[in-house]
Amino acid sequence: MDFLLSGIMAITWQQCVMYLVGGVLIYLAIQKGFEPSLLLPMGFGAILVNLPASGVINQTLAGIGETNGIIQWLFEVGIEASEALPILLFIGIGAMIDFGPLLSQPIMFLFGAAAQFGIFAAVLFAAFMGFDITDAASIGIIGAADGPTSILVSQMLNSKYVGAIAVAAYSYMALVPIIQPFAIKLVTTKKERQIKMPYNPKSVSKMTRILFPIIVTFIAGLVAPMSVALVGFLMFGNLIRECGVLESLSDAAQNMLANLITLLLGMTIAFSMRADVFVNIETVMIMAIGLLAFVFDTIGGVLFAKLINLFRKEKINPMIGAAGISAFPMSSRVVQKMALKEDPTNILIMHAAGANVSGQIASVVAGGMIMSLVANYIK
Amino acid sequence: MNIETILIALDMMWKGMFGIFTVIILITLIVMLLTKISKDETDKEDI
Repeated sequence: MDFLLSGIMAITWQQCVMYLVGGVLIYLAIQKGFEPSLLLPMGFGAILVNLPASGVINQTLAGIGETNGIIQWLFEVGIEASEALPILLFIGIGAMIDFGPLLSQPIMFLFGAAAQFGIFAAVLFAAFMGFDITDAASIGIIGAADGPTSILVSQMLNSKYVGAIAVAAYSYMALVPIIQPFAIKLVTTKKERQIKMPYNPKSVSKMTRILFPIIVTFIAGLVAPMSVALVGFLMFGNLIRECGVLESLSDAAQNMLANLITLLLGMTIAFSMRADVFVNIETVMIMAIGLLAFVFDTIGGVLFAKLINLFRKEKINPMIGAAGISAFPMSSRVVQKMALKEDPTNILIMHAAGANVSGQIASVVAGGMIMSLVANYIK
Repeated sequence: MNIETILIALDMMWKGMFGIFTVIILITLIVMLLTKISKDETDKEDI
């Protein structure tokens, strides 16, 4: 009967921890509705890869030799070899984004840049905690509040902690409605949160909408060449959406492509959640630094809005700065909800949405910038 | 804790934020210019 019990006998306590982690991710996805499209496949994948001698990862069997596992193959081909999965997902994301609220109020672009501060604050925290610069930079990118960017950058920098970084990035994105109100209240007064902003958008021509993705690709590509894969595919998706002659492709990118890749990405990234590489003190440290990254993103955006207010006659509600993170549309909804709580007549959603989509561009530029800078330091 | 890594992280912080703001400000200026050009053309058509 030993052959029936060999699997159970081979379970380690670290694997039991991973079953628990997988269960928690599935619970958060189903019961709490936190990023279910990613957390559910990741949670289930975490269980799959941690079963003893699991067939979803490569194994060496006595008398048979090497056998291939599907999740390991997907990881090696789709993420490790080419980063294809996260990059292709950007076509879908680009096709989903309407940059209209941003193009009609260009000043909102600045908040997307300011709210990337958490990335660099997190790099500093990670360096303080003893991580080397490539791992610190990979951990810092959690502050981009953008799952695919976090996976891509940490994988490109060859980080040992891709799994923990992906879990932190997606978990905290899901927790934005809890993290951001706390951080915003830390640095704003009730009076500041009550500031009203009239919405007088400038009209956006079709030419502007079409030229915008091309121009962004050029500028980002020339200043931060490493961001081309991220920005280029994001903007390609947006060009498909805005050109007006590729509706079926735009529809396919927004729905079929994005859904298919999301489905595979969650399962694939679970390969890096094997107990032997995931259950350690570094994972706990990464989760803590990731939380700080989101808090400092928010604080960075809010303080920047306060700084701009020093020079403006028409004041900006500083909460708009917090919407400059990439978590769309959660962050803009959080800001609107807080504004309504302070003053039921205060409508900030369009301003916040503008800052929020700017955060999507700024986060991928930040990803490229991090890769370029790290490459310079380690060469 | 390695002082050299911390100094690199600080260097990365200012360079990174400066780089992101450079890209974003350039994009902002071009979008403003595009908006102005298309507004001028619309005004001309109206006249």
